[in-house]
Amino acid sequence: MSALGHYLEQEGIATVSISLIREHSAALSPPRALWVPFMLGRPMGVPNDPAFQTRVVLAALELLDRDAGPVLEDFTEDAPYEDLGDVPEALNCPVSFPRMRSDGSLGERLADEIAQLQAWHEVARKHNHGRTTLGVTGLSPLQLGVYLTAWLSDTLPAPYREGLVPAGALKLAADELKTFYYEAKAVQPGRHSPAQVLEWFWLDTAAGEAFVALRDMAANSADPGMKGIATLSLVPRAVMPLLAARQAGS
Amino acid sequence: MVRLADLPQAEREGHLNRIPTLPQFPTRPFVKGPALAQRRVAIVTTAGIHLRSDQPFDTGGAGIDYRVIPGDVAPADLVMSHASVNFDRTGFQSDWNVVFPLDRLKELVRDKIVGAVAAFHYSFMGAIPKIERYEPKARELAAMLRNDGVDAVLLSPV
Repeated sequence: MSALGHYLEQEGIATVSISLIREHSAALSPPRALWVPFMLGRPMGVPNDPAFQTRVVLAALELLDRDAGPVLEDFTEDAPYEDLGDVPEALNCPVSFPRMRSDGSLGERLADEIAQLQAWHEVARKHNHGRTTLGVTGLSPLQLGVYLTAWLSDTLPAPYREGLVPAGALKLAADELKTFYYEAKAVQPGRHSPAQVLEWFWLDTAAGEAFVALRDMAANSADPGMKGIATLSLVPRAVMPLLAARQAGS
Repeated sequence: MVRLADLPQAEREGHLNRIPTLPQFPTRPFVKGPALAQRRVAIVTTAGIHLRSDQPFDTGGAGIDYRVIPGDVAPADLVMSHASVNFDRTGFQSDWNVVFPLDRLKELVRDKIVGAVAAFHYSFMGAIPKIERYEPKARELAAMLRNDGVDAVLLSPV
């Protein structure tokens, strides 16, 4: 972000950066930056609080009025909450769920789980006025599950889109299935912090189990492109200690 | 989990270890301009968001290209294909403004605090190893911003 600030300003366009990692902004000295004390992924602080977001945006834009720089200032107001904010109406899911099967193959359990979450995802879509962030791959959640578990078999799945390297296709499909889970979980009863959603996905779902298996598969793959999947872009760094603790306790 | 010191050790070390690898910028450009109420503002994000119909970011490419986001984009049309899994996505999934505050910017224009909103906004994908590689695309982007009459950019990371 700071690099873009330097380059655009050199081209004559004034910039102000939101800074999520103050140490990086201090090292790079962009023309103007407002450090905010928010979690990574939420530069405006919190979802569904327009007044708070406006204070952040305005505090940043007001740095454009400064006469000299570089400027690195702090936004001192902490985010008021870590979850998704108040749910305006009581949401419920008007279906009865069969008991989740604990037997069966990973692929079967994953398919069951996805099927059960579909109803919640419909609730989420209605709650968000039709909005979902699914649709990057063009695959349905059930197709995503089939595609991902095929990677764990002896036969690699057929490409679902032209122009993707295998590792890129796997990564997009994994991210999209996780998005489906996260969007469905967001409207289930209770207020869910990102940490709670993370823990649920990685420790309590068949999808999390599949993702760990995919990471292990990628680590042993002969395809060099899969190394990034294994080390960086499938399992979050924050999840590693959770998985290690579970393994130690089992 | 709001400050570097509050992050898990592996996360914190990852960000701290990056500092010695960051480039030094020899110049300190600082462009002055009109008051905020006269400025035309664009959002440039590194959140890896784009229209659903666009090519996703994380597809094995160089990772330094950008996507154009029209100013009349609908919330239902934006998706995210960022490579990193080490930031929260639940916020964006629930409310795009926590990453891409276009509605807030439009409200500030309505209230005559900001002059105008750009016709187009832009999205890169952050988390590339060498941020100097953004330079050619950033200079290309500057020309597009000038053509749109933009004289101020809000840069927003994830």
